Amino acid sequence: MRILIIGAGQVGYSIAENLSDAHQIVIMDIDPDRVSEITYSLDVLATCGDGNDLKNLEGIGEVDMIIACTNDDEKNLIACESAKLLGDTFTVARVKNSILFDSWSRSKGAFGVDFMACSDRLTAEAIVNIAGIPAALDADSFAEGSVQMAEFEIRPNSALIDQTISEADQFESLTFAAIITDDEIIIPSGSTKIPLGSRIVVIGTPESVQSFSSTLEPTNNVIKNIVILGGSSIAAETASIFATRDMPSTLMTPDKDLSLKLAEKLPETVVMCHDVTDLDFLESENITQSNLVVVHLDSDEETLLVSLLIKQLGIPRIAAVVNSGDYISLFESVGIDVAVNPREVTAEALIHFTHNVNTKHVAILDSNRVEILEIEIDSHSKLAGRNVQEITSKMPSSIVIGAIVRDGQVLAPRGDTMVQYEDHIIVLIDVAVSDKILKQL
Amino acid sequence: MTIRVNWKAALSLAGTITKWLAIALLLPLVVAIYYGDPILPFVITMGISLFIGSFLERLDPDPHMSLRDSFLMLVFAWIIVACIGAIPYLIALAGTSSSLVHPINALFESVSGFTTTGATVIGDLSADHYSPSILLWRQFTQWLGGMGIVVLALAIIPELSPGGARLLDAEAPGPRIKKLTPRIAETARFFWMLYLGITFLEVFILYGLHIVGLAPNMDFYNALCHGFTTLASGGFSPAVRSVETFSAAVQWVIIPFMIASGTNFALFYHFLKGDRRTFFKDSEFKYYIILMGIIGAVFFILFLNSNFSNSTFQQSTLLTTVRHALFQTVSVITTTGYVSFDFTTLGMPAQYLLLFCMFIGGSIGSTSCSIKILRWIVILKSFRKNLFSLIHPDAVLPLRFNNNVYDESEIKKIHTFTLLFLFIFAISTLLVVLDSARVGINLSLLEAMGAVAATLGNFGPSFGSSGPMGNYLLFPWTSKLYMSLLMIAGRLEIFPLIVLLTRAFWKS
Repeated sequence: MRILIIGAGQVGYSIAENLSDAHQIVIMDIDPDRVSEITYSLDVLATCGDGNDLKNLEGIGEVDMIIACTNDDEKNLIACESAKLLGDTFTVARVKNSILFDSWSRSKGAFGVDFMACSDRLTAEAIVNIAGIPAALDADSFAEGSVQMAEFEIRPNSALIDQTISEADQFESLTFAAIITDDEIIIPSGSTKIPLGSRIVVIGTPESVQSFSSTLEPTNNVIKNIVILGGSSIAAETASIFATRDMPSTLMTPDKDLSLKLAEKLPETVVMCHDVTDLDFLESENITQSNLVVVHLDSDEETLLVSLLIKQLGIPRIAAVVNSGDYISLFESVGIDVAVNPREVTAEALIHFTHNVNTKHVAILDSNRVEILEIEIDSHSKLAGRNVQEITSKMPSSIVIGAIVRDGQVLAPRGDTMVQYEDHIIVLIDVAVSDKILKQL
Repeated sequence: MTIRVNWKAALSLAGTITKWLAIALLLPLVVAIYYGDPILPFVITMGISLFIGSFLERLDPDPHMSLRDSFLMLVFAWIIVACIGAIPYLIALAGTSSSLVHPINALFESVSGFTTTGATVIGDLSADHYSPSILLWRQFTQWLGGMGIVVLALAIIPELSPGGARLLDAEAPGPRIKKLTPRIAETARFFWMLYLGITFLEVFILYGLHIVGLAPNMDFYNALCHGFTTLASGGFSPAVRSVETFSAAVQWVIIPFMIASGTNFALFYHFLKGDRRTFFKDSEFKYYIILMGIIGAVFFILFLNSNFSNSTFQQSTLLTTVRHALFQTVSVITTTGYVSFDFTTLGMPAQYLLLFCMFIGGSIGSTSCSIKILRWIVILKSFRKNLFSLIHPDAVLPLRFNNNVYDESEIKKIHTFTLLFLFIFAISTLLVVLDSARVGINLSLLEAMGAVAATLGNFGPSFGSSGPMGNYLLFPWTSKLYMSLLMIAGRLEIFPLIVLLTRAFWKS
């Protein structure tokens, strides 16, 4: 495919970097320095120009897909709308504002956008998903929440150490999809042993994942008293998603006007207006009773500082939203449990959507070593009408079918389970071979 | 001190409204001709209103109103209209033994009419010097005042349109009255058409009951008279013993129309525009209905346990008791003032409950008066909010009601209004007691508080000898004049009248 990416910021750059092997990428940015930088660092065609200018779009020639991912929501929408004027190109837009996303969701194709990724919503969902299972290192949900994936670390006191998979598998409709160690990804069979220090990926219904989690770490399982520090749109989005899952939260921000607006917008959330670096205040509001604190302040430095400050108070789980992707590893190295970068989350969603339009949702584990995809089986899929055994034997070894969703029901895949047209399958694949596999699916 | 208010413009516009009052007088005139009553009272009054109206209009041929002038204009209009409304009583009853020959009494009756209060100073309604046309005028004043004479004027007088939203705000009952249509005149016209429509619906149903034989004494004249005062939440009745005179069927029919009078008229607008669920969606309406249910149940229990000295309940069936309980509840909450029996014969608990119910009021944007449901709910919610912030001083708690968020300044205004209402109630009770003692009348606590609450809240009947079958004649003339002022204050929701008493209003 020939793909035009408008906006060469962090999101645009990651997309270009990821897709340049498989596709012809043209990347357009308004900043000439950035353009020349990319010309040398990536094997793509970088051009300088405004993506809202019809003449520039025409100059690029025929493209199959346009991904508008500048920092400006309105610019992205106008770029998509303009592209539609020139011809029937598939358009993809990145937006921050979830109001735009909600309008688009009501009528897909609105604003001339065929696929939209909302960074605020995706980031908030990522936080809520990980936080929903406190023991998990990473978690995501598929098929409108009916299937969950979670990655757990096998810690020294775990009951599962050195058990085989068949011994450990006492959970209904739960698939042990992978065991990840520092140097390899093991697709487990019944006799595979679970070593200490490895990470285990499970896929199944939310209940089964939850019960696995509580077996693994019985003490660390009930989410209560969620506190969100910061009044950003991501923080607000996170609070509202927690509210829809019956997990009311408390949001604290020092900005008076903002706090008023948020309090009006979030009826289920208690909004407080105070300096969030004031430890006395945090203690008087019982932050120590909380077992999840989400931090997203104006600057990453402030976020880091406050995260460390409250970590001292003994909060068991801290999730930080980090604006700069470069700081993610820093946050994790100082012991912040979860660090989420909105741009990375958005780029991932866009990349994987582009890989395969049938892909409904993707989760990436362990810095891009493993990915978990939700794929819709359409009428030309080679998979339809075959059973799980046949499918996995034809593929390279690194694929696991974790769950099959048929008419909203979750089926635990066994060797003889048939895959049918219109099923959604959730598969785990090794990123190294993912392109090869996706072609075969 | 120089007066900074454009009182000429205010008077001029009040004059325009006065002039139009002549048109309203056509109705009793026609009735007088039909019944062969003297037509002079109405013809002379028409002349006077035309003369005064045109004279005042001349004061400022091209009036422009500011915010202050609109308050002044509103008060002028109500006072002038009430004064002119008293003239037919004076002329028609001149030379009779009626209590209305006294000008203060006539004014009280007229104010009580236009403000939809329903408190009367007619000594003996059954005396035959009250002609059908003069009693119809008494009913009609309530109908005119129900939706508001200025709102009516907005619908027909184009000069009022600029700045009209302010007038609508000031006269229409309750905070947050919204313009429903882009043009204020259209909104006002819609309100009046709706008002007219529902009134006629009631008249036809009542008269229908008469035709099918369910209401022997509800002839067309009575149907019209009660139609005029139900939706206006007025409460005057040409019958000596109010609605008690009529059959059970009539009382059942009047109940839903009284409920409508306490309902936000904007809901009818949305309903007619096709939003069939609008009544269910409105939280104020929900609370309004629930509250009437609860208070109705309490009245029911009190009526059941009344000491049966009351003849109404001695041989009554359960259904009759339910009817009386419901009728009385709806009448007091919507500040209508009809009675289905003489409630002063009840035990004290029921009478005290009635007294305190006078402070509730119906929905905003309705014809009912008093404090109103929305204000009470906002006040209760703000209590909760303030108590919560004692524990969490930094919590930001917006006050939400009916999909609206009420900010601090609105809450403050509602608190101020309610406090002022209660303050005026307390001071006025004291004043009325002192004034009565001056002429040697010792009022009971219930009588004094009842009379003030019933006039300030525009309910009408009070307790003791000024109860529903009695009148306010026992009060000295000074008290009656003062109560007339209370009725106007209550009808205009206090602020427009009180603001005239502040120095800041008159100076820059």
